[in-house]
Amino acid sequence: MMAESLQDMTVDGLVEQDSTSGDLEIQNYTINFGPQHPAAHGVLRMVMELDGEIVERIDPHVGLLHRGTEKLIEYKTYLQALPYFDRLDYCSPLAMEYSYVLAIEKLLDLEVPLRAQYLRVLFAELTRICNHMLNLGAHVMDVGAMTPNLWLFEIREDCLNFFERASGARMHSAWFRPGGVHQDVPLKLLTDLADWLDTFPKLFEDSMSLVVDNRIFKQRNVDIAVVSKDDAVRWGFSGPMIRGSGIPWDLRKSQPYDVYDRMEFDVPVGTRGDCYDRFMVRVEEVRQSARIMRQCLNEMPEGPIASSDRKVVPPKRGEMKQSMEALIHHFKLYTEGFHVPAGEVYVATESPKGEFGVYLVSDGTNKPYRCKIRPTAFSHLQAMEFMSKGHMLSDATAILGAIDVVFGECDR
Amino acid sequence: MGHSAPRYAVLDGLGDSVAATLGDRLLATRFTQGEYCFTVRREAVAEALDLLRDVHEYQQLMEIAGVDYPDRAERFEVVYCLLSLTKNHRIRVACTTDEDTPVPTVTHIWEVAGWLEREVYDMYGVIFAGNQDLRRILTDYGFRGHPFRKDFPLTGYSEMRYSEEQGRVVYEPVKLAQDFRNFDFTSPWEGADYVLPGDEKSLGGPPPTATPKTTDKPSDTGAGAAANKEAAKPSENADAKEGKA
Repeated sequence: MMAESLQDMTVDGLVEQDSTSGDLEIQNYTINFGPQHPAAHGVLRMVMELDGEIVERIDPHVGLLHRGTEKLIEYKTYLQALPYFDRLDYCSPLAMEYSYVLAIEKLLDLEVPLRAQYLRVLFAELTRICNHMLNLGAHVMDVGAMTPNLWLFEIREDCLNFFERASGARMHSAWFRPGGVHQDVPLKLLTDLADWLDTFPKLFEDSMSLVVDNRIFKQRNVDIAVVSKDDAVRWGFSGPMIRGSGIPWDLRKSQPYDVYDRMEFDVPVGTRGDCYDRFMVRVEEVRQSARIMRQCLNEMPEGPIASSDRKVVPPKRGEMKQSMEALIHHFKLYTEGFHVPAGEVYVATESPKGEFGVYLVSDGTNKPYRCKIRPTAFSHLQAMEFMSKGHMLSDATAILGAIDVVFGECDR
Repeated sequence: MGHSAPRYAVLDGLGDSVAATLGDRLLATRFTQGEYCFTVRREAVAEALDLLRDVHEYQQLMEIAGVDYPDRAERFEVVYCLLSLTKNHRIRVACTTDEDTPVPTVTHIWEVAGWLEREVYDMYGVIFAGNQDLRRILTDYGFRGHPFRKDFPLTGYSEMRYSEEQGRVVYEPVKLAQDFRNFDFTSPWEGADYVLPGDEKSLGGPPPTATPKTTDKPSDTGAGAAANKEAAKPSENADAKEGKA
């Protein structure tokens, strides 16, 4: 029926209908990208206004995963609030805990034993590798390649197994604690990590060799969403996003925490500020993280893994069974929790996705008065419209992949 | 050695030079835990941040945090976290406001402020004058109230579920099967601000009685007439001591 009516239409009829004669006027149209689109990396809804296939305007709607974490934290003691951080960026849980425990330690002015500092750096870097495996794989898959993602997930699986051996949980470790880490790691885990650091680069380099010089991959990423240095600063970029734009800014280097000042590593920067640069910055970061991990394993001393301040760090169970004082401390710390002196700090660490900050306000009680979490994705995602304008619809997935966004963290 | 949180540049005399730059825009300077926080007048917050960016090289706005202090006259504090990439330093700038008074926007200085201000508006209801796009950002479509205010209940007012009968998502008032429990584990001996049951008896001194029992004299034992009578008898030991003396 449609075909008949089209055949019946004459050229004269068309001219009569359209007074402007010639081309029909094409209107922009609006589409919903997400919230169930697999390339939206979670529950992102983007209202896109398209001119043909060219993106004119993007209005990202976030908050579909908002759980009110910051409010929940105000109702928990400092230690009870820790596991919430695992559930922010669930692709790099330990990196989220890191900012929080450092903020508490800064308010308490609590010294952390050297072995604990090494362990935290070691596992923070393992988290970075773990996170980048997911992001690099997902980015490649967003622009059409399948195999690297499958291979990288194998490495990610290894990482998760190491987390499980250290903390008992594959993802939500809750292993960093104010004053150190929860439990020491067995020696076998460290030797296995050292062996793994020798073997995983082969698989990683193999999978990267499939994409980094691949013609199609470059066509989809080079010169897409070019961000200048000035723009990166004004949009509040951090992490691989700001380094991709050519600014050598890495909090591990410039504002070292724990034993990062003892580590030798290079900070990769991009030259053009496009999606390809951001991708390659992450690829190099994986190699540098492996380098840091090797140094940690070589230099890690023996010793306690948590502060001996019994007013903050609970005693171990064995000690609790023997000593009355330890029993009292244990009881007090797991009911009332420790009190943090009144004050406020903003502590930011270099999470795999960028600057992850915690603005912690304490009123001197056992619960945080306010815990503002600075997510990395918020500023990056806000720049989505600015980065995508004038690009094709299919480039939006590449841009989104290069942002490395996880909504547990963005929406909190 | 102390804590191992991120270490950045230590700038001597920063408080004075910032005070000189900001002039009467500055209300107070706090230096705690090695971090500067400058409280500025609300109306001048955009000018102050502009000056800090241009004169003091704080190029990046990393975060805008709202904090609610219900006891204060102006209950909300809006905290701007600034980062200097060149000086490798962080400061905070704060201003106070209430439910109705708008804070000048800083979106013309930093584009990133757009969403950050939207978030503070969404969570606390702080209005930013000049922000062209001050919509809610994190809460649900059609949400009412500002959830991070201290007087907003943790459980919220409405809950959402999928209704099998109606075949769609429905919103209903929150019905708690069990009362919301907020355990207070603070030690009653160390600054808990409530009175434990029974403790109110100790607040107003001893309870009033018709004939208060006293033990001023040795014969007033407080244990009854029989004991008093016994106590009034001179003891043999006392006699012996007196005799020796």
